[in-house]
Amino acid sequence: MIPAAFTYKRAWSVDEALDLAAQGGEDAKFLAGGHSLLPLMKLRLAVPETLVDIGRLAELSSVRDEGSYIAVGALTTHHDLATSGLLGQELPLLAHAAGEVGDPQVRHRGTIGGSLVHADPAADLPAVILALDATLVARGPGGSREIAAADFFHGLFETALAPGELLTEIRIPKPAQAGWAFQKFTKRAIDWAIVGVAVQGDAVALVNMGQTPVRAAAVEQALASGAAPDAAAAHAADGTSAPEDINADRGYREHLARVLVGRALAESRSRS
Amino acid sequence: MTVNGSAVTAEVADRTLLVHFLRDVAGLTATNIGCDTTSCGACTVLLDGQSVKSCTVLAAQAEGREVTTLEGLAAAGGEMHPVQQAFHAEHGLQCGFCTPGMVMAAVSLLAENPHPTEEQVRTGLEGNLCRCTGYHNIVRAVLAASGQAEGQDSQ
Repeated sequence: MIPAAFTYKRAWSVDEALDLAAQGGEDAKFLAGGHSLLPLMKLRLAVPETLVDIGRLAELSSVRDEGSYIAVGALTTHHDLATSGLLGQELPLLAHAAGEVGDPQVRHRGTIGGSLVHADPAADLPAVILALDATLVARGPGGSREIAAADFFHGLFETALAPGELLTEIRIPKPAQAGWAFQKFTKRAIDWAIVGVAVQGDAVALVNMGQTPVRAAAVEQALASGAAPDAAAAHAADGTSAPEDINADRGYREHLARVLVGRALAESRSRS
Repeated sequence: MTVNGSAVTAEVADRTLLVHFLRDVAGLTATNIGCDTTSCGACTVLLDGQSVKSCTVLAAQAEGREVTTLEGLAAAGGEMHPVQQAFHAEHGLQCGFCTPGMVMAAVSLLAENPHPTEEQVRTGLEGNLCRCTGYHNIVRAVLAASGQAEGQDSQ
């Protein structure tokens, strides 16, 4: 299987990447690690005419301590997130979850930015940055702008990014509450989560329980009004619209969400 | 790109995948194409020292970089790499189709973690599937290659 023909262009700076994408028009796409985009192209589910390879933009691959928040470059690979001492110290939820993405080969190539802009609700990291109340920084021809994680995911594979706009950095506030947990249920390591849960303090986000990653608002409200973790977890599926597919029907996913949120809250509290 | 220490230069179509470049242009056919969907790991090679699935990398993405395939592991005199020797000694293969990918994934794993536990070997190889289900001997081989007695912490 090979992708449909396209024109490959390599960018050496963010500005050049934006120019190349603008020249390519609406059928241009940025290529980072390629571990979401190339499989789609091989299946002809994505048929871009131009690929702008941003894989060598070292300026976008870093993890920095900015005082109140951690700045993660969009090109940072899952492997580099998982093995970052700074993240292990300040954002263990992100480091741990990145180490659970796919398998080692995928983690060597796949990037946090690629995972977020691909916006697959079954992916791990979108829910994680939602639970962490991150801010995403995007650059386009008109300059930079910040987008709250809560406003970033618009639908299945749809984000707030405009055509030609490039996600450059993810800014994650240092958590006020220390407890965290990440749970997911898969058949094999390399499969998408059937359901997953990211917890930081009393923030709870769900993987694969709707068209986008979602906060488990009913669980968070129950916790805020003093409910015990077990009682709060019973609300994990409230307000969700879980997909149905070959792996699970809606009822099974709702059951999994309740079970995994219960486990995640217990694990999170054991760490706080 | 540099493949197994030698420069390989060729003009290829933009959509050429690294695995096709290695097999069809460089003539290195140890790297197998299995699932073609980033699942099975049969096409695993090292890109700048890290394991990657070469069915999901464009040849253009590897331009100017170092690629190592199974053919590049053995010493110049033909002596097998320690991981290859361990797969041989521990019978870490049955039909052999997954073996090149398994060996390359194991080399990358041991580079990152020279003394893994059995559990770390199992999770470290989770990106590689063996249809013969010969996992036990593969894990033994990786532990042996790391200089550890087999099954030190087996369950």
